Amino acid sequence: MTGTTYGAAFAVRWMGTVAAAVAREADRLTELDSAIGDADHGANLRRGFAAVSETLAKEPPATPGAVLVTSGRVLISTVGGASGPLYGTLLRRAGKSLGETGEVTRAGLADALAAGVAAVGQLGGAVPGDKTMLDALTPAVEALRESFAAGRAAAEAGALATVPLRARKGRASYLGERSVGHQDPGATSSALLFAALEEVAAE
Amino acid sequence: MSGGPGKVGIVLVSHSAAVAGAVADLARELADEGGLAPLAELGGTRDGGLGTSSELITAAARVVDEGAGVALLVDLGSAVLTVKALLAEGDELPAGARLVDAPFVEGAVAALVTASAGGDLDAVAAAASEAYGYRKV
Repeated sequence: MTGTTYGAAFAVRWMGTVAAAVAREADRLTELDSAIGDADHGANLRRGFAAVSETLAKEPPATPGAVLVTSGRVLISTVGGASGPLYGTLLRRAGKSLGETGEVTRAGLADALAAGVAAVGQLGGAVPGDKTMLDALTPAVEALRESFAAGRAAAEAGALATVPLRARKGRASYLGERSVGHQDPGATSSALLFAALEEVAAE
Repeated sequence: MSGGPGKVGIVLVSHSAAVAGAVADLARELADEGGLAPLAELGGTRDGGLGTSSELITAAARVVDEGAGVALLVDLGSAVLTVKALLAEGDELPAGARLVDAPFVEGAVAALVTASAGGDLDAVAAAASEAYGYRKV
């Protein structure tokens, strides 16, 4: 399947599948966030990705890059919490990195998402191990070079691996040692992104 | 004012609308010696919760932009990340918009005093950042 390419319609289906997954998992995300955050992660992301779906349905962009840039812009303007600019930057930078191309390979998508992940690291000043979304995203974009399934597995493993970590960024970092033993909500929602990507690619 | 660009605009972005409003009132009162630079404050989400609205930020920046640059001061959490994300990836903010690294309350006062006195964007940013140097103990 190495020759397969993915276009704008694929990217739109990906975002729609993320929206459905976030809506389905919103309560769980909020529950994780109430342990170490401010209990708004599920509701914030659900609102954001619902707005993304709505915008993409109204005016479907012509390229996969434009789909991601638009999605990122909508997330920044609708989420309201820190996850808006973080996910918005991930998708906007990835979309810009894809440029005007109409079709992208899995390797091309991995390169673009890697650029997005680097931008997220820059924005939040976090590195892997800080108990943030980067703990799922960083291994996931690497594994995506192998397969969509590997990307998903790496993201989920990365999210699970945040449980014993002590938070060093965001509100959870104020809790210090008390953040240990809880799975990071941002890493958990990041894993939903890669689960949705595998799901859409398998269709 | 001459025909050149006006004063540097100041935007205060808080995680909370009440904090933004109170800090702006304080800064206006302390800085007012006649002829305040344009200052706009915002905080919270559009539905009144805690958080940040990028639309309120871009609207405020446009309101205070007189062509001499816009200094954005932020407090914490999504306020910081949203402004940084808009500056890094977007084209929504006016040219000459800059995130100023400063403590929110003290920085707001210093920035407004400096901008009102006619200081340029570098001077406003430097004055606000200097507020980090006023040790309290």
